[in-house]
Amino acid sequence: MSGFWSWFVITLVVVNVLAAWWLIWWTSRPIPREESETTQHIWDEDLEEYNNPLPRWFLNLFYLTIVFSVIYLVLYPGLGNFSGLLGWSQQGQYQAEVEQAEARFAERFARFAELSLEELAREPEALAAGHNLYMNHCAACHGSDARGAVGFPNLRDGDWLWGGSPRAIRASIARGRTGVMPGWEAVLGDQGIVEVTEFTLALSGREHDAELATAGAPRYQQFCSACHGESGQGNTSLGAASLRNDRWVHGGSREQIADVIRRGRTNIMPAQLPILGEQRVDLVTAYVLSLNLED
Amino acid sequence: MRHDVVEKNIGLMGVLIIVVISLGGLAEIVPLMFSPKIVEPAEGIRPYSALELEGRDIYIREGCYNCHSQMIRPFRAETERYGHYSLAGESVYDRPFQFGSKRTGPDLARVGGRYSDEWHRIHLIRPRDLVPESNMPGYPWLENRLVNHERTPRKLRALRALGHPYTDEEIAGAAAAVEGRTEMEALIAYLQGLGTNLQGRR
Repeated sequence: MSGFWSWFVITLVVVNVLAAWWLIWWTSRPIPREESETTQHIWDEDLEEYNNPLPRWFLNLFYLTIVFSVIYLVLYPGLGNFSGLLGWSQQGQYQAEVEQAEARFAERFARFAELSLEELAREPEALAAGHNLYMNHCAACHGSDARGAVGFPNLRDGDWLWGGSPRAIRASIARGRTGVMPGWEAVLGDQGIVEVTEFTLALSGREHDAELATAGAPRYQQFCSACHGESGQGNTSLGAASLRNDRWVHGGSREQIADVIRRGRTNIMPAQLPILGEQRVDLVTAYVLSLNLED
Repeated sequence: MRHDVVEKNIGLMGVLIIVVISLGGLAEIVPLMFSPKIVEPAEGIRPYSALELEGRDIYIREGCYNCHSQMIRPFRAETERYGHYSLAGESVYDRPFQFGSKRTGPDLARVGGRYSDEWHRIHLIRPRDLVPESNMPGYPWLENRLVNHERTPRKLRALRALGHPYTDEEIAGAAAAVEGRTEMEALIAYLQGLGTNLQGRR
């Protein structure tokens, strides 16, 4: 605040406090009897009202508010640029709160830092923290039960687009992932999409039309196998889904599979490292790992 | 002066009341209007693009502020969840600001980039497809309605008159920038920008 505005505030506050003091003092003076004993209002013919000052105890409560304001203005920032004897500030209070929490958790986090991701995944305290972080930062897409939603991977089914090792899962969380499958409508045509859909169903061992699937096989090998693999095993370095396990990120009905082939999909997982920092990424990774541990 | 003088002159009493109730505002609000930290943009803050601005108007039209705040307070519980606390200089291009006063849903001050565009699209159409616990209503019509591009340049001009630094080119290109875009796209563009411009703080 510039000097002018600082003095502007100081003047207003001080004048206001003094004016309040004067008002209380002025109200508390006994009113000379000869002027008038009543307010000279008369209601209902004979009801009158004495014009007496407020009771002393009541006025003293007002004086107390002034005493409070003076103490407050000395201790806390209220008078322009004067920051108060306590040096309190909103940022300072926030910093103190953060430091207090960090000190409280420092020991626990130091212990976590010693552990590998696999060990963290069996550490109840780490998992409790990881669960909280998961619910806040991950559950909106992957679900509070981690079973995902159409278009958002299930984290409990053991099927990993980008690899299921602790390192791969951590990398997915920390750096995010962008999975792109182009749409094949223009290349395959309507009939081609039907055939490749049937072939895909055949790969995953689902009920399918054998004739159409056979017709789709060469098209699959030509257009799809580069990413999804010759036998449909997928490719975790591209995030290409396995087509053999009957688990479908974008829905497993015939129509949904055909639509993915027709229009493609772009799936984005945002990077969490800038938001969470290294150690919290570890904790979330441990939590996700723990969901897939055999008890 | 006796108190009956004030009590029997309603005009005088009105003037005195105005003086008394103005004092708080004069001491607490008026100096802020002249404080650079409050009225000038924080580092990295830029005016909304034409599409974001239209998205913001949809945000207001649909009443998103009734359930979502855009104001992260300086408490650890909030910064852990939402990111760095909000700064005054982040809201200088918000007219009116969207601080909100109620959080039925989460704070959105730094929601930009937290979810993918596709997540927002599905979530705005039917929130429970993605978050079964959610009680947010769906906004499926946003997908089918186009932004009214004819009014966009006028909005930018009005904001420029209020001091937002839009260039002539931006105003000239505003209609083209939003023509043919759905309201869904505009709203997502707005949401994805929220809180992402402040340098070095997330």
